[in-house]
Amino acid sequence: MALNVLMFYLLSAVIVICSVLTITTTRILRAAFYLLCVLVATAGYYFMVNYQFMAGVQLVLYAGGIVVLIIFSILLTSHISHKFAKPEAMRLVMGILVGLSGFALSTIAILKFTFTPSNAPAMKVDMQAIGTQLLGTGKNGYALPFEVISILLLAAMIGAIIIAKKGK
Amino acid sequence: MLQGIPITHVLIVSSFMFFTGVCGFIIRRNMITILMSIELILNAVNINLVVFNKYLFPDQLQGHFFALFVVGIAAAEASVAIALIINIYRRLNSISVDKVNEMKY
Repeated sequence: MALNVLMFYLLSAVIVICSVLTITTTRILRAAFYLLCVLVATAGYYFMVNYQFMAGVQLVLYAGGIVVLIIFSILLTSHISHKFAKPEAMRLVMGILVGLSGFALSTIAILKFTFTPSNAPAMKVDMQAIGTQLLGTGKNGYALPFEVISILLLAAMIGAIIIAKKGK
Repeated sequence: MLQGIPITHVLIVSSFMFFTGVCGFIIRRNMITILMSIELILNAVNINLVVFNKYLFPDQLQGHFFALFVVGIAAAEASVAIALIINIYRRLNSISVDKVNEMKY
């Protein structure tokens, strides 16, 4: 077995196990840690397909930013030693049923469909290509969504400050 | 990654992750863990976008850029959601979704 295939299945095992543990563990801080493992393994996927910039963004923004934000809010709002009660049986059954049926349905659809891999030469994904496309206005340019998302981030930042500010 | 790894395996892993997130969204009653489930769902979508880009359209970068935009939107969503959660905790002393129905009636 080639080393990259072995690596892929290792990362997949980490993703599958840790994503199940994220939603089943009874301690909230452990859930955040398992989520961190899932996100780092996903960054490993991105490294494997040679999208280094995407992997870096994943590590910095998701694993570095969002998980730290979540851990902060856990420490502000709950006790570390607090354990969740077991969920109601009805809700548990319904949740697992929805998850399993959706997974079965999408797996059947994926296995039935024949994907035709493209033989086009792979594009070199370096910072120059990413920068010129992200700020380009012509064909394959993403200047408009880039600006829209910057306004969205500004609005979210101001909104978060206003919402979390102590009221008078 | 292209040699020896069929695209279906990656898609099955990401769809497993997606439906784990959906399942957690239904089962969990704590707002922060629900937020974690949403992050799982968004992350699964990101894997799909990147892998479709790499396997089916390697001469373009559409999936890559949309995955980048999804990451940005996830960051904005998480920050606003956590501000709301902290505000709710300050007013109600609880972040369980069962106790946050006071605004309903």
